[in-house]
Amino acid sequence: MTDQALPAPAAADAAKENLYTARPWQLVWRRFRKHVLAVVSLWFLIILALSALFAEFVAPYDPFKFERLRTLAPPTAIHIFHEGRFVGPFVYGLERERDADTARVTFTEDRETVLPIQFLYRGHSYSFFGLFQSDLHLFGVDDRREQVNLLGTDNLGRDVFSRLMHGARVTLSAGLVGVIFAFVLGLALGSISGYFGGWIDGAIQRLMEFIRSIPTIPLWMGLAAALPIAWDPIIVYVIITLILALIGWTHLARVVRGQFFAIRNEDYVLAARLAGASEYRIITRHMLPAMTSYIIAALTLAVPEMILGETALSFLGLGLRPPVVSWGVLLQDAQNLRSISLAPWLLSPGVAVVLTVLAFNFLGDGLRDAADPYGQ
Amino acid sequence: MTAFIFRRALLSIPTLIFISFISFVIIQLPPGDFVTAYAAQLRQSGEYLSAAQEAMLREQFGLNDPMLVQYWRWITNIVFRGDFGFSLEWNAPVSTLIWDRLGLTLAISSLSLVFTWLIAIPVGVYSATRQYSFFDHLFTIFGFLGKGTPDFLLALVLMWIGFAYLHIDVGGLFSPQYQNAPWSLDKVINLLTHLWIPLVVLATGGAAGLIRVMRANMLDELGKPYVETAYAQGLSERQVVWNYPVRVALNPFISTVGWSLPALFSGDVITAVVLNLPTTGPLLLKALQTQDMYLAGSFILILSVFTVIGTLVSDILLAWFDPRIRYA
Repeated sequence: MTDQALPAPAAADAAKENLYTARPWQLVWRRFRKHVLAVVSLWFLIILALSALFAEFVAPYDPFKFERLRTLAPPTAIHIFHEGRFVGPFVYGLERERDADTARVTFTEDRETVLPIQFLYRGHSYSFFGLFQSDLHLFGVDDRREQVNLLGTDNLGRDVFSRLMHGARVTLSAGLVGVIFAFVLGLALGSISGYFGGWIDGAIQRLMEFIRSIPTIPLWMGLAAALPIAWDPIIVYVIITLILALIGWTHLARVVRGQFFAIRNEDYVLAARLAGASEYRIITRHMLPAMTSYIIAALTLAVPEMILGETALSFLGLGLRPPVVSWGVLLQDAQNLRSISLAPWLLSPGVAVVLTVLAFNFLGDGLRDAADPYGQ
Repeated sequence: MTAFIFRRALLSIPTLIFISFISFVIIQLPPGDFVTAYAAQLRQSGEYLSAAQEAMLREQFGLNDPMLVQYWRWITNIVFRGDFGFSLEWNAPVSTLIWDRLGLTLAISSLSLVFTWLIAIPVGVYSATRQYSFFDHLFTIFGFLGKGTPDFLLALVLMWIGFAYLHIDVGGLFSPQYQNAPWSLDKVINLLTHLWIPLVVLATGGAAGLIRVMRANMLDELGKPYVETAYAQGLSERQVVWNYPVRVALNPFISTVGWSLPALFSGDVITAVVLNLPTTGPLLLKALQTQDMYLAGSFILILSVFTVIGTLVSDILLAWFDPRIRYA
């Protein structure tokens, strides 16, 4: 019986050997790939991050340019067939009418004008981070008066989609920068706390408890309200991210500290200590790499908190202020009921916030599950 | 147990002192003071304060004293006389302002807390006992969506639906005609048509997270031997689940109930601002914007004190509920 069974699972053996010799990161990746939602979220976030980085290219119009004759225009519908004939993606022109009774401006499609959407279109010129000048855009329509507004326009006739892309740059980077600040603080204090223990641990724990005992939103509001209105938007932006990080780091420090307690008594740490390695070397070379995956997962889960914080503060008018464009600032336009019922598309930055936060949560969940490849 | 409570209570005193100082510093942070803001406000309406007048106002409000002196005056008045100071913006004592709005705030917050628990506990238990069923997936999606949606966005969307499709009057707690009317059945009905939006917003926001916690805890507990023992003794599923693992899984609820104390007091600031609710939250925002120092400072102080007390209450409840914590 045993003789017959032996040669059969040769393929399985190869797979097993492959598994045993795989490097930790390959194992993490293999487990991560099984979490479909996390993989989809990862792609979504990569695309979003790229569009945010190249916002000038992706956005068809200048996010600050007023169009007096296109205020609160609804999202432009994209058609493929014109009068039963295949044309490819195109939009109809927009006809502007004023209601005789209410004097309200309404827009209707002008079925005569067919404007094919052109990809890699040369539109208004922009300067890309001051590095080079270009006028290349991902898409646009070739007409001086007509536009393609994927998400409509706001009450000054600015293209909401273009503003959303530029806002993504500010909001996402604020989240990332905030997490980096929180990461540095949390990693430093958490690892000191977890490695040394004793009274140092006690003191840092008290500090963390104290920070956590201050209610988040009023503290954010208090600190954000302290920023002078006249300050440069860039400085305000940095300070806001610092304020967000001031609270976020305690959670990260907790994760790091817990991990340190778990790893501190492992044999290989003892071996390193007996071999005469310095404390700094033991922490940075032996213990931190063992926790990298956990830290990455915790970081990913911390980003949505920052994004929600920035959005809420800016929405209240305490965070970033126009002319800076962030998703929270964009949502200020949707603050009153009348503008929402007239132009529901002004809520689209809110949808973007929800999708992004969800994606980060799913990605973080997937990473956390995959973080310990030897777990099962 | 008494020793435990005493030790915990003693530990929170330095925290309280430190917090009171920080609240005061935060309020002092903005450049300029109330007189600067007041003068700017007057300028907008076309009036001007001379430098001498400004200096006189500062002298009168004691804004020229060193910060520590101002802090000392502020905190001793609060501790010994229950006097939170005078709101320069509203021209009324801070305590009156807060008391006026506290009733409604507490009512809304406690109602929404009850709703949160009523939703979260049964749904969490169901999701865990029927893991990977259709409804479990549905609730999971709901949980993630709820966690990802900012409260104010949900409030905006609900207001829009109520306004545009249900044609009801939204925002605030009463329609204008009932605002100052004496209490009557109509007024109560009017209140209810307004109240559902804040309740739904606050309850879903809280429940989304708690469902996940409840589900995870229940899953941890369901696999344990004592559950199997209970089944083996012939108890029905309902008896087993609700009598044993649910009680253990409720631990985090108890440890967070104290945290809801400050939330009860402030309500949800952002939701309240969006929905134009006459609760304490918008008052705080206004106070911060106008640098109404005593009002904002008292607010942050009260909230922080509530948080510390809430944590204390939670710790004591947990120790009472779970002996393992008491002796750890």
